Amino acid sequence: MKTNIKTKRSGQVIFSPYSEGEGIKKALSLGRENILFELKSSGLKGRGGAGFPISTKWMLTAAAVADKKFIVCNADEGEPGTFKDRVLLQEFPELIFDGMVIAGFTIGAQTGIVYLRGEYEYLLEGLEEHLIKMRENNLLGKSILEKEGFDFDISIRLGSGAYVCGEETALIESLEGHRGEPRNRPPYPVDTGYMGYPTVVNNVETLSAVPHILIKGADSYKKFGTEKSAGTKLFSVSGDCEKPGVYELPWGISVAQLLELVEAKNTKAVQVGGASGTCLPKSQFNRKFGYEDLPTGGSIIIFNESRSMLKVLKNFMEFFVEESCGQCTPCRIGNTKLLEGVEKIEKGEFSYAYLNTLKDLGRTMQVASKCGLGQSSPNSFISILENFKDEIFHTNGHGGKNE
Amino acid sequence: MLVFEKNSLSQEIENLVVKYGTSRSALLQILQDIQRKHKYISDFAQQEVARLMNIHPVEVNSVISFYSFLHSKPQGRNIVKLCKTISCDMAGKDNVETTIKRELGISFNETTKDNRISLEYTSCLGQCDCGPAMIINEKVYTKLDPETAVNLLNELK
Repeated sequence: MKTNIKTKRSGQVIFSPYSEGEGIKKALSLGRENILFELKSSGLKGRGGAGFPISTKWMLTAAAVADKKFIVCNADEGEPGTFKDRVLLQEFPELIFDGMVIAGFTIGAQTGIVYLRGEYEYLLEGLEEHLIKMRENNLLGKSILEKEGFDFDISIRLGSGAYVCGEETALIESLEGHRGEPRNRPPYPVDTGYMGYPTVVNNVETLSAVPHILIKGADSYKKFGTEKSAGTKLFSVSGDCEKPGVYELPWGISVAQLLELVEAKNTKAVQVGGASGTCLPKSQFNRKFGYEDLPTGGSIIIFNESRSMLKVLKNFMEFFVEESCGQCTPCRIGNTKLLEGVEKIEKGEFSYAYLNTLKDLGRTMQVASKCGLGQSSPNSFISILENFKDEIFHTNGHGGKNE
Repeated sequence: MLVFEKNSLSQEIENLVVKYGTSRSALLQILQDIQRKHKYISDFAQQEVARLMNIHPVEVNSVISFYSFLHSKPQGRNIVKLCKTISCDMAGKDNVETTIKRELGISFNETTKDNRISLEYTSCLGQCDCGPAMIINEKVYTKLDPETAVNLLNELK
């Protein structure tokens, strides 16, 4: 299997050198308020895709009054084309766990839980060993680093193959031993989370950035990126290119720059944000990654000229039909109808009026679905049919012609 | 199911309940352990879990039916899951898929006659930079070509 290839990676923040425990020491010397202040001025936002400011989440939970609080690390990355968390879990577990300890200290939690997706069960042993070492070094357990009264420990729980459990309330349902069906929000987990206690749910990548930000300071983090999108982002690049893999890049980089970096040739389309993201044609390759233009969880899938975009779309819609939890009607029925539409286009059995109705249905799903899954699953349907009209309806004759 | 098999399964589930506790949040962990060992969670096992955790058996069944890694019907001794999501698809999943089906003489979502292997599709495994990928039991194998994939399967007992 894969060996440790840590030495190969280098980057500006997350992939920069770090020695274990350093971030926790710094956090203890700063104190809670300064940590929150530092994170707020760093502008760090949730890196799973939703982009909610981490300082707000932590502040709300820190302010909540409760006997118990929880910090949950969302390691359930299931978006097609994303694997950055796998790399972090495998090569940089110290960053994630230190980030969780810092979160525990800041919000006043005693317990941290890593929700590891079932597909990554093969990483479990290494992670558990790492936790044991941390306990031996007093980075976990009672009075961490001799700080009186600061007790914190981390446990790891496995998922069982459900994409929707990446949604924070579904994840909490799953941790509580239920079907992973999203809850209505509000109440948000910061008020009523795991077992009804205030809970912070953060993405693996978000937590990994925290120790670095505290050590180097918010200002040095803000040096990277743009005004509204501070810092760096991990991009998981796959598909038609010479150098697929995980890249740490500052926000604000353009799609074209990224394509050059990974040595993609004859690129026809780039899917940004996985199956729930949007598909960009060549004419939009000058767009820039960042919260102001192209927000993303970092999944980049590259398609070259030889790929059929209709086939790509069909693959995405099959994914959503499979992964919809089935709880709310727009998502359960909507995705099935959109897939049906794609199959009809494939066979050339459709009318444009019907397709317009489907696009309307897609827009209805975007507003009427209960959670992010159904709200974002029509994105690729709409963007691929809009942006690759010529290919799908004219060039390949999936309907433009009578045969 | 023979009586002594039932008794040993009951004992096993009792041990799991002692290990993880009877709170509802332990349910998924208990089911995962049964799944890992027996490759499926039988009706009897579901009833035992429900009895020991003091919840209705339908609650147990509804959790099993939700998660794609948990099965309520008997499976082969080895469960093989092939990723069918787009990056693996583009990396040559179709060739691997066809070869596996030909070699084993079964389709996906089926089990070989000798009960050795169950084939399944799965959504993105997070190995998009090194596809095609598959999971055999809990282990992940990447950069498959038809030959290596089939060799891996043929080694399974």
